[in-house]
Amino acid sequence: MEEMKDIVLEYVINEYLEDEDEELSYDTPLISGGIVDSFSMVSLKRFLENKYKISIPDDKATPEAFDSVTKICTLVNEFLN
Amino acid sequence: MSNIGSYEERIKDFSWEVAEKELDYKPGDVINIGWHCSDRNCLKGKGDKLALIWEGLGGAEKKYTFNDIRLASNTIGHHLRSLGIKNEDRVCLFMDKIPELYLSFLGVLKIGAIAQPLFSAFGDESLHVRLDNAQTKAIITQRKHVGKVRRILEQMPYLEHIIIVDHDGKKPLKERETVFDLENAEKIDEFEFFPTKAESPSVLHYTSGTTGQPKGVKHVHYSIMSQYLTAKWVLDLQDTDIYWCTADPGWVTGTSYGIIGPWSQGITQCVLDTGFSAESWYKFIEKNKVTMWYSAPTAIRSLMKAGDELVMKYDLSSLRHLASVGEPLNAEAVIWSEKVYGKPFYDTYWQTETGSMMLTNYPGMKIKPGSMGKPFPGITAAVLEEKTFEPITEPNKPGLIGFKPGWPAMMRAYWNNEETYSKKFVNGWYLPGDKSTIDVDGYYWFVGRDDDVINTGGHLVSPFEVESALLEHDAVAESAVVAKPDEVNMEVVKAFVTLNPGFVANDDLELQIMNFIRKKLSPLAMPQEIEYMEKLPKTRSGKIMRRMLRAKEWGQDIGDTSTLDDE
Repeated sequence: MEEMKDIVLEYVINEYLEDEDEELSYDTPLISGGIVDSFSMVSLKRFLENKYKISIPDDKATPEAFDSVTKICTLVNEFLN
Repeated sequence: MSNIGSYEERIKDFSWEVAEKELDYKPGDVINIGWHCSDRNCLKGKGDKLALIWEGLGGAEKKYTFNDIRLASNTIGHHLRSLGIKNEDRVCLFMDKIPELYLSFLGVLKIGAIAQPLFSAFGDESLHVRLDNAQTKAIITQRKHVGKVRRILEQMPYLEHIIIVDHDGKKPLKERETVFDLENAEKIDEFEFFPTKAESPSVLHYTSGTTGQPKGVKHVHYSIMSQYLTAKWVLDLQDTDIYWCTADPGWVTGTSYGIIGPWSQGITQCVLDTGFSAESWYKFIEKNKVTMWYSAPTAIRSLMKAGDELVMKYDLSSLRHLASVGEPLNAEAVIWSEKVYGKPFYDTYWQTETGSMMLTNYPGMKIKPGSMGKPFPGITAAVLEEKTFEPITEPNKPGLIGFKPGWPAMMRAYWNNEETYSKKFVNGWYLPGDKSTIDVDGYYWFVGRDDDVINTGGHLVSPFEVESALLEHDAVAESAVVAKPDEVNMEVVKAFVTLNPGFVANDDLELQIMNFIRKKLSPLAMPQEIEYMEKLPKTRSGKIMRRMLRAKEWGQDIGDTSTLDDE
């Protein structure tokens, strides 16, 4: 789980974070915090699906489920198991 | 009693003089939106009334009275003048929905300069083409967005000033950058605003078409007449209202009805500057006791998805009136809102070029769920035959929407693009590019676009712009971009591509291309799906048949394929 969190966090920082000075943690709100918008969420979902060879149904890919790195990893684990 | 009273009575002998009188304006007078939205309210005794309640991340809150926004816009205007910004210079506002965005808008207008608001999620190229077209002299932005400006700065010798409103001093400023800290700046009480007249340019909003670069839609100070009266009669704004327009001022709704409409009436409005979540939106309404809510179908459908149970957790009883704009509001959403909020959303139809509402549903008038309603008083509208451009008199027959030019907020030009502007007028009608029917009762029903422009989440995306950007990716040889149906956003971008030799079509490449477009153009323009093809369907003369690809996505008949090059 920790390794996955680091991978997802790094991806979010590299791909979506505009403010270089902003610090991101596993629990920083991503969607409600305005870091990842609803359109960009599609590319984040695609990254997770490619990386972990899973398929996340659209009804599970909600803004709430994607709202932090921790929540994302919980969701991914649901489909890995 | 609603402000409009009887729609039928209002359309009789209507004249825009109604708005002129209420705004104390006579033809030939000086008129300045910045002054009308701030100083005038103070002169009318509303100086101590709240103008803006702002909430940002983590519950941060700021409040401004009308006197505060008068002083703030004076101060910003004074600062811009000190930098040498003059009337009719273009000043880009490239910020999230922070207070400085709203206050700078008024400050820019007060010095007679032209406000050029741009959506802060735009990528480097989207920003560049718009600044280049307008030859923008200054940009007001935030630390988090300045990186985009720096990356394209060398290509913009005309951009003299990059004004950062939240610089924390941790990193050094670069070429042409200055800091403006509104909170700590000396407040300017006495300020001579520029004496703009009715036809003086005010706002330059950018919109996309099927072909060519984005178009800069020029509006003038007299537009306030339309924005004032539509806000009063359609949004039914009343003196005690707490109004929430969810639109970003990077788009026209966010300025026409997120600034000018409410503040020209002296109405208190609130702004939530966080990402979307159903819970945070309901909390915001409950906390601020929002009475009038103007939102968009995409957001409404997202709220529907979040479920009815969530609504019950919050006290939303303050809501008095709801309205929607951006794309057609489906009947289900109207019925659902009546069920869960006890109020239907009233759909409104208009666009960047019209500057204000054109077809709408009115308080007190029967709503037909799914209909755009009827023309605003003073607007002459019709559905036109596609070949003759003559009005169709037969009910329920689809045709092109047309408006007789002449309402106050109508665009005055596409910036530096007279040719495209003149094409928008045929047979004495302005053509917004949409198709509709009119039923026997005079209600308009949206049918679809008359071109290939993609309406995603209420924002227009040019397929040409995305196709061109795709070709800049090393892997892409050819591209075609169409709208794909989407449950929440109505439409999303889908791309069809062929690859250059040496590239392998796989999921990782698809993601790479998606992110390439997201950063270059914007998240809205990012294809939500990319389909690899061996070759794109083309006519024998080599033109890509986008129509065929679109029809396939919508499950429609692909039509005449006699010109298809099937070799």
